[in-house]
Amino acid sequence: MAARRKRRTMLYIPGNNPAMLQQGGVYGADGLLLDLEDAVALNQKDAARILVRNMINTVDFYNCEVTVRINHLDTPFGIADLEEIVPLQPDAIRYPKTESVEDLKRLISIVEEIEKKHNIENPTMTIHAMIETALGVQNVFDIAAYSKRVDCITIGGQDLTADMNVVKTKDGNELDFARKRIVMAAKANKIDAIDTVFADVDDDEGLMIETEMIKGIGFAGKAVINPRQISTIHDVFNPTEEEIRKAVRIIREFNKNREAGIGVFAIDGKMIDAPVVARAQYIIDVAGIEI
Amino acid sequence: MEIKNSAQAGTFESSDILVMVEPVAKGSGRDIDLTSSVYMHYADSINNVIIKVLDKFKIEDVKILAKDKGALDPTIEARVETAIKRALDIQEGTL
Repeated sequence: MAARRKRRTMLYIPGNNPAMLQQGGVYGADGLLLDLEDAVALNQKDAARILVRNMINTVDFYNCEVTVRINHLDTPFGIADLEEIVPLQPDAIRYPKTESVEDLKRLISIVEEIEKKHNIENPTMTIHAMIETALGVQNVFDIAAYSKRVDCITIGGQDLTADMNVVKTKDGNELDFARKRIVMAAKANKIDAIDTVFADVDDDEGLMIETEMIKGIGFAGKAVINPRQISTIHDVFNPTEEEIRKAVRIIREFNKNREAGIGVFAIDGKMIDAPVVARAQYIIDVAGIEI
Repeated sequence: MEIKNSAQAGTFESSDILVMVEPVAKGSGRDIDLTSSVYMHYADSINNVIIKVLDKFKIEDVKILAKDKGALDPTIEARVETAIKRALDIQEGTL
């Protein structure tokens, strides 16, 4: 079985900060979000775009999934961002304020046009649709299903609470419905859902509690605004030794039974079928074990 | 291409370089005034990167003031390119 990409942590890096960009790969996050949007001042958009382009071309980000958050196409910056970034084919682009299938249609058509212009015949770059408005939450099932290029749905908590005209609190009640709906839309399409940032970088306990909560409802990981938050989130998402032992046993038994042509079998009296095997494989992938 | 306006890009932050571009009279050539925290070891290398970008934009007459704080080549290239595009008024997608 092919290993699933780990997305426990996706670290935001301001696109106009050379020091942070060049060190991005060393912090241990599963993914990097090179940000051309909110982290960049309006009069520095051109500088950040060129800097991020050069960094992607030259810096080794090790095994991180490299994603660029571009500006929305309704701003004066969106098209220029795509023209610089798409030819580089980073792992993904994150599209802010995705509200409808029409938004994606417009984005993908421009992306494909640029790929065609640069003779990119087998594009590998995926799209992470960011849900940041009530309308986006309403349409998220259609957004998640629209294109194979969308392999991740993310929630932007700050903008969403602003759109809802409510205050973002630590217990996150105001985001409860949106989070669960976004996870369900992602799961229905077999793609990942990534949670919003935890803004208080000094509150490790709060971060741990929120991470346990979002893991419990099905998120694959969380956006991170400070490298200090990475280990706390990984600790929550890493499987326990008991989970790993159980998963290894399931996969070994599965491989043995598959060779014998048996699809469903039992371990300790409990039925093991495809979904249980898939879950076990995911645990092994996250643990970084090869069987 | 001919530089008509002054422009700048970059910052004084560590790992960055502040690049200022100024127009000069035609035929004056390239005047690069570089200060760097790593001047002793890397002045030639930084100058070469700046010249590479000037060549790319076919700029023969210009004054460049560069204050480097240990920027890597991709950063130096990016800041020079941004300053030149701003000076040429050809940057797109910005305010």
